[in-house]
Amino acid sequence: MRIKTSAIVMTLYLLFLLVPIYWLITMSLKTNTEITSTFSLFPQSITFRNYGVILTDPSWYMGYVNSMIYVTMNVVISLTVALPAAYAFSRYNFMGDKHLFFWLLTNRMAPPAVFALPFFQLYSSVGLFDTHIAIALAHTLFNVPLAVWILEGFMRGVPKEIDETAYIDGYSFGRFFIKIFMPLIASGIGVAAFFAFMFSWVELLLSRTLATVNAKSIAATMTRTVSASGMDWGVLAAAGVLTIVPGALVIYFVRNYIAKGFALGRV
Amino acid sequence: MDKTQNNKAWFLVLPVLVLVAFSAVLPLMTVVNYAFNDTFGQNEFFWASLDWFEEMVTSDRLRDALGRQTLFSAIILAIEVPLGIFIALNMPKKGFWASLVLILMALPLLIPFNVVGTIWQIFGRVDIGLLGRALAAMGIDYNYTNDPLDAWFTVIIMDVWHWTSLVALLCYAGLQSIPQAYYQAARIDQATRWSVFRYIELPKMKGVLLIAVLLRFMDSFMIYTEPFVVTGGGPGNSTTFLSIDLAKMATGQFDLGPAAAFSLMYFLVILLISWVFFTVMTNLDREENR
Repeated sequence: MRIKTSAIVMTLYLLFLLVPIYWLITMSLKTNTEITSTFSLFPQSITFRNYGVILTDPSWYMGYVNSMIYVTMNVVISLTVALPAAYAFSRYNFMGDKHLFFWLLTNRMAPPAVFALPFFQLYSSVGLFDTHIAIALAHTLFNVPLAVWILEGFMRGVPKEIDETAYIDGYSFGRFFIKIFMPLIASGIGVAAFFAFMFSWVELLLSRTLATVNAKSIAATMTRTVSASGMDWGVLAAAGVLTIVPGALVIYFVRNYIAKGFALGRV
Repeated sequence: MDKTQNNKAWFLVLPVLVLVAFSAVLPLMTVVNYAFNDTFGQNEFFWASLDWFEEMVTSDRLRDALGRQTLFSAIILAIEVPLGIFIALNMPKKGFWASLVLILMALPLLIPFNVVGTIWQIFGRVDIGLLGRALAAMGIDYNYTNDPLDAWFTVIIMDVWHWTSLVALLCYAGLQSIPQAYYQAARIDQATRWSVFRYIELPKMKGVLLIAVLLRFMDSFMIYTEPFVVTGGGPGNSTTFLSIDLAKMATGQFDLGPAAAFSLMYFLVILLISWVFFTVMTNLDREENR
């Protein structure tokens, strides 16, 4: 009997989660006249026109390209600086380590709205406004702390004897780190990369503030279409579906680490 | 794990330090600068001491936004935490169904914030949305663009949809760590379902639950994108939360002084909460290592 009630609870909850997504997907397959004039649970005639618009119009698909570029840059930068730092935090006590660790956390928790204007001025003054690297650097604000915290959580699980044995065997720090240590925490690196990717991909406020044309992200493209014409629901829905795809594709690989990633490596 | 004392480890954290200093400390200093000065452009600044802070502390606008924000965060926590625990208790424990449920539940967490907004904007519309249509069919007068109460309802149910899974997943991770022997012992003692929950499951979930509550509080306190897309802060100012108000003030109206003073106070609140968070985390780590 208990199994049955829990199955009912889960079914109801999953329905609640999936119905809005389903609605977005059906809408992306309908024509605009069908969306506004009739009301149906299933598209009457499936059309891929909305996707066609996005994939052929540069002002749409460049949004995806721009987002991809700065997100990738951000992931690379975040991981490169976070890996050695996480190693230091997981292995050594040093002066001010606790304070530094706390300070990193406050950056992850800082509201982006506080930083929007200063970022705008900072990057304008150094001539980086409306470039991919500006957004990538701005997003390191919350992604570097996140990566450090997640990686530190994974590195603590690796016994210190491995480091010591490697040093006795004559490995230098760099060679040990790349050849032995990084493969050991490969899953941790994957998870950290995934979360850095995700949080950079979903962020709107900073990417919208820091770019107007050349580096305009897909998120910003979507909001401006809403406010300008606001009527092309089909294309908007299709654009939404396309932004969900990257996350949905890799979700399978991180399913067991999702709680850990969202809790900053602490579960 | 025992850590060795080694101050050379500073070299390893140096890159992070430089990068975060560039992307956090430098901008923050600009904010501090604006908060204490007045400007008429051309980079000329006049010392304004604490005027902006006074103005902000006494302004109705900020107080209203803070009130709305607090109410919003309180409602969110009151709904999502119990619901998340409840869902976690009902999740399948292992096998194919467990994986499937895990993946489906994680889906909303990975959708870009503005798309979450778009989904609910479409879903809730009276003319083309399933929710709006369904409510209208039931004879409920629902329109989130006109009615503040409906706007609140939409924003809250959107956040529940978006983030309850996070609470549930964290609790689930906590539940997974309970050995089967505990449940067997409870069965021998003929414990009721409630006492199993109260004396076995809840204490084991305490740690992750604290993290979940803090994360949900922080993130709901800084919420920007989702309500911005759905309601744009309206109707009127009814869903203008702190971040939306701040962004309006800073990048919309360029009221730099007040916005900066506002930012600093906002930041101090966040700092305080982060400190609680950090203390909880480190205490948990210590318990784990014992």
